[in-house]
Amino acid sequence: MLTLECPYCGVVAEETEFSPGGEAHLRREGPDSGEEAFAAYLFERENPAGVHFERWRHSSGCGKWFHAARNTVTLEVYGTYPAQTFEPPEDIRRRISERVPGWSWREFS
Amino acid sequence: MKRYSVFAVAREALRHHAGWRRAWESPAPERRYDAVIVGAGGHGLASAYYLGKNHGITNVAVLEKGWLGGGNTGRNTTIIRSNYLQDASAAIYEKARALYETLSQELNYNVMFSPRGVMMLAQTQHEVRGYRRTAHANALQGVSTRFIDPQEVKRLCPIMSIEGPRYPVLGALWQSRGGTARHDAVAWGYARACSEMGMHVIENCEVTGIRTEDGEVAGVSTTHGEIDCGKLGVVVAGHSGRLAAMAGFRLPVESVALQALVSEPIKPCMDVVVMANTVHGYMSQSDKGEMVIGGGADGFNNYTQRGSFHHIEETVRALCETFPIISRLKMLRQWGGIVDMTGDRSPILSKTPVRNLFFNCGWGTGGFKAIPGSGWGFAELMARGGSPLCDEFSLGRFREGRFIDESVAAGVAH
Repeated sequence: MLTLECPYCGVVAEETEFSPGGEAHLRREGPDSGEEAFAAYLFERENPAGVHFERWRHSSGCGKWFHAARNTVTLEVYGTYPAQTFEPPEDIRRRISERVPGWSWREFS
Repeated sequence: MKRYSVFAVAREALRHHAGWRRAWESPAPERRYDAVIVGAGGHGLASAYYLGKNHGITNVAVLEKGWLGGGNTGRNTTIIRSNYLQDASAAIYEKARALYETLSQELNYNVMFSPRGVMMLAQTQHEVRGYRRTAHANALQGVSTRFIDPQEVKRLCPIMSIEGPRYPVLGALWQSRGGTARHDAVAWGYARACSEMGMHVIENCEVTGIRTEDGEVAGVSTTHGEIDCGKLGVVVAGHSGRLAAMAGFRLPVESVALQALVSEPIKPCMDVVVMANTVHGYMSQSDKGEMVIGGGADGFNNYTQRGSFHHIEETVRALCETFPIISRLKMLRQWGGIVDMTGDRSPILSKTPVRNLFFNCGWGTGGFKAIPGSGWGFAELMARGGSPLCDEFSLGRFREGRFIDESVAAGVAH
């Protein structure tokens, strides 16, 4: 069972208190984008075996959406951070690099 | 290869069973094959088998990173049914169910297909309406199902409590020709038949890269060296995303863990398969007497082949209410498999952006029942570039909005 910390209210709880919300840092394609780009935004996913960034909601707590950096192979959680950002914060990326040297996820590494 | 028969058993009995041969050969890989299938689970082996049987392509290798049938083929709850809502689904699942009926004879290998009947319980008014609709759709599709009342449910499955206060049984969608089969034997039987046709089934051979030239597949890099191929079929369930990344594209697929568990063996008490989608649980009794129980999938990406305990708890808690008789059973084993979920909960059998590279994936939580039909269609797709069974399940359906939406039709359990 995963244990996550809500970055807003600071509660550390088991996954039953949270709801998973899929891949993080998706950028919505605007009306000028092509069909392919919009389909990719809607459906195509990284689905990595390894380091992954996800959206979670503290559904049985404060109700807010946040992001988690997690490993899908070891189930290790590298940290959680507020959702108001387009990229993972530096300290979490550094922590991942200590654990998984040479990792990359989309344009981040 | 020697045929298995009552005479073979008698003959071997007289000579201390010294004459049995390996069911399939384990040759070293050659430098090149006309077609390579990645993944020796049920779907991969069935694809190879029908490539040879229906299309005469026998210079084929099936590469498996672990052991044969050691992934989801060995981890499912062996349910076979075809009571889907959408026409495209009904076609491929009914093809599979029909092929299962004679699979033991065709492969000369006992897959223990047991058409004991599958019922999907309606425990809310919403489900009653949904399953009535499915029964009408099935009638038009030529799939034999009907909606039955609670008394008939009780008659077919006496251990069920149909008057539960929280989840009363209001009826069920009944497919009398559905059932179960021995999952390992399906993989073994296909592997033996492939080997007999001269195909190479190579275990412990992991694909580490896909080589392309001018947008066309050239071969694969493996832990046993480079292998060239004319056509490449990737049939790797939960690991489809990794193979797609090797070929340079992404898939509309997410990999999550799905769990199942079995109880200690008890005397025969239930001769049908029961699925209860409102409470995310399904149950049948194996020939050994174990109650085989499956539940819902986890909601987050996971490659660990183990899931969260609270899903097991939810499933068992709900089933205990419908089946009070199981409340004191001890559970023997619990395990997880990595399933590849698409947005519309329907599979992908498709060409890809790379020429001569084909993907068969996205079977999600319900792939076992489809193995023969999936292999039949996918072999046709690989050999001819198109197949009536597969064309609706192309990757392009997401971009074009042609979803084959079965998550509503099937609830959660497949």
